[in-house]
Amino acid sequence: MQAAHGVEGFLYPNEVELQWSILIVLYPYITGLVAGAFILASLERVFKVEAVKPTYRLALLTALAFLLVAPLPLQLHLGHPERSLEMYLTPHRSSAMAMFGFVYLWYLMVVLLLEIWLDYRKDIVQLSKTTRGPVGWIYKALTLGSSNVSEGALRADDRIGYIVTVIGIPSAFLLHGYVGFIFGSIKANPWWSTPLMPIVFLFSAMVSGIAAVMILYMVSTWMRKKPLDTRCVDTIAKYLFYAFVIDFSLEMLDLIHRIYEADESFHTLDFMVQTRLYMSQVVLQIMLGTVAPLAVLAATQLWTFTEAVRQRLYFASGVLTLIGIFAMRWNVVIGGQLFSKSFLGYTSYKMEFAHREGLLAAIALMILPFLLLWGLVKLLPPWPENEAKA
Amino acid sequence: MRITFRDAAHLIRLVVVVLIAIAAFAGLRSLMVPETFGQYGHYRGAALEENRQRAVSFAGRQACAECHDAVVEAKKPGKHANVGCEACHGPQAKHAEDPSLKPVKPDSATLCARCHEKNSAKPRGFPQVAAKEHNAGMACADCHQPHQPKI
Repeated sequence: MQAAHGVEGFLYPNEVELQWSILIVLYPYITGLVAGAFILASLERVFKVEAVKPTYRLALLTALAFLLVAPLPLQLHLGHPERSLEMYLTPHRSSAMAMFGFVYLWYLMVVLLLEIWLDYRKDIVQLSKTTRGPVGWIYKALTLGSSNVSEGALRADDRIGYIVTVIGIPSAFLLHGYVGFIFGSIKANPWWSTPLMPIVFLFSAMVSGIAAVMILYMVSTWMRKKPLDTRCVDTIAKYLFYAFVIDFSLEMLDLIHRIYEADESFHTLDFMVQTRLYMSQVVLQIMLGTVAPLAVLAATQLWTFTEAVRQRLYFASGVLTLIGIFAMRWNVVIGGQLFSKSFLGYTSYKMEFAHREGLLAAIALMILPFLLLWGLVKLLPPWPENEAKA
Repeated sequence: MRITFRDAAHLIRLVVVVLIAIAAFAGLRSLMVPETFGQYGHYRGAALEENRQRAVSFAGRQACAECHDAVVEAKKPGKHANVGCEACHGPQAKHAEDPSLKPVKPDSATLCARCHEKNSAKPRGFPQVAAKEHNAGMACADCHQPHQPKI
């Protein structure tokens, strides 16, 4: 058949070209970072893990920056900017995809914005008094006209904030579980259709979000030339390790289940993993992105290293983790479209470059949350030394 | 120490902001959802009437047979017997109303390929050719009779 597409064997005509591009890879990747970052923040708030406190606010702002960008790959993929608002404003329960508006607005409005506002309120009130110009107006608007930061008011904030976080944890699970559900519920596609999918997505989200916040915390501390709180990164690395062990076990469980069950799709999928997905699945996702960082993290738990060595090991394992989870999203989204429903043929994905759904757009979308985070950090400094004194 | 009403005053402002946001959501939503949406099902009810109002463009096989009965007879023994006239010739309601409006003859080189271009996803028994190799741009109708597709 058409050699330009790298098509092999037997394919139905509508399977030759991939409909879900790299942008659809970015969507679960970015929402995963949101959910993971929020869960790390809730460790401090709800589970009272005091050691990760220096990253609490940074994790919340990271979650917000990425959440604001999360729907953009979908918007870009769908086209039709004149109809883009409908995705948020006309959600309904008739299909998993159409639920997006409910899930997204609930998480953004009810959970993240509320929690950030309640946590920062004292800082916002102080900054609104000391800052002039347009930025000062933003702070004034954010105070909602109330500068009451009395002890009782702050205690009220704290109590409501706690409730919001408690609601937020299942909401973060819902957000990413939902994204996994979209894939897991497609019964026509054996690569996707498994009830484990939402759970695997969830744990991989926690892994990527924790790794991202850890790296952001390290890089931002180095950039500000401040001493790194080693106890904090030790604790984050420990939780990263735990979450990763669960994530890896679940993925292996899925794999073993597939191998043992060996249903009619197995040979096709197995061949795909051995050939077209070998680089991205076996090398990048499993070896480099999972086994390597897990081994490094396990080593830091088993043996004692100096602080400087530990920090480097954490950093390296964090970067590998982020690459590995990206590869996992890639393998799910792209891999699920490479084989024919007839199980007799394969196509290949040719990524565009300067195109609405090309590599350039994907790179821009991955840079955007960092720019937003930079702006948010300027507006609402998350550093422990800036926290408004009681 | 108990939290007094004064301590929670800013939270009431927050509730007001949230209520305004919900009202804005509901307002925008009601503007965006078409009025007749959901009238009969998960679609715009008025779409049925709008479709009914559209001008008819297909005449239908019976109308064709009224004048072109010879062609219908010629088609009967062939494999294309059940292929509608307008499937190849396009919608011809205007021609049926005013026969002096002559329809354009379809270009067989592209028309036939729509069904008969070789594709491994098609059933093996279905007649199909790789047009480039088979006729190199020649019109199919030069050799085949579309109404009785044999050479």
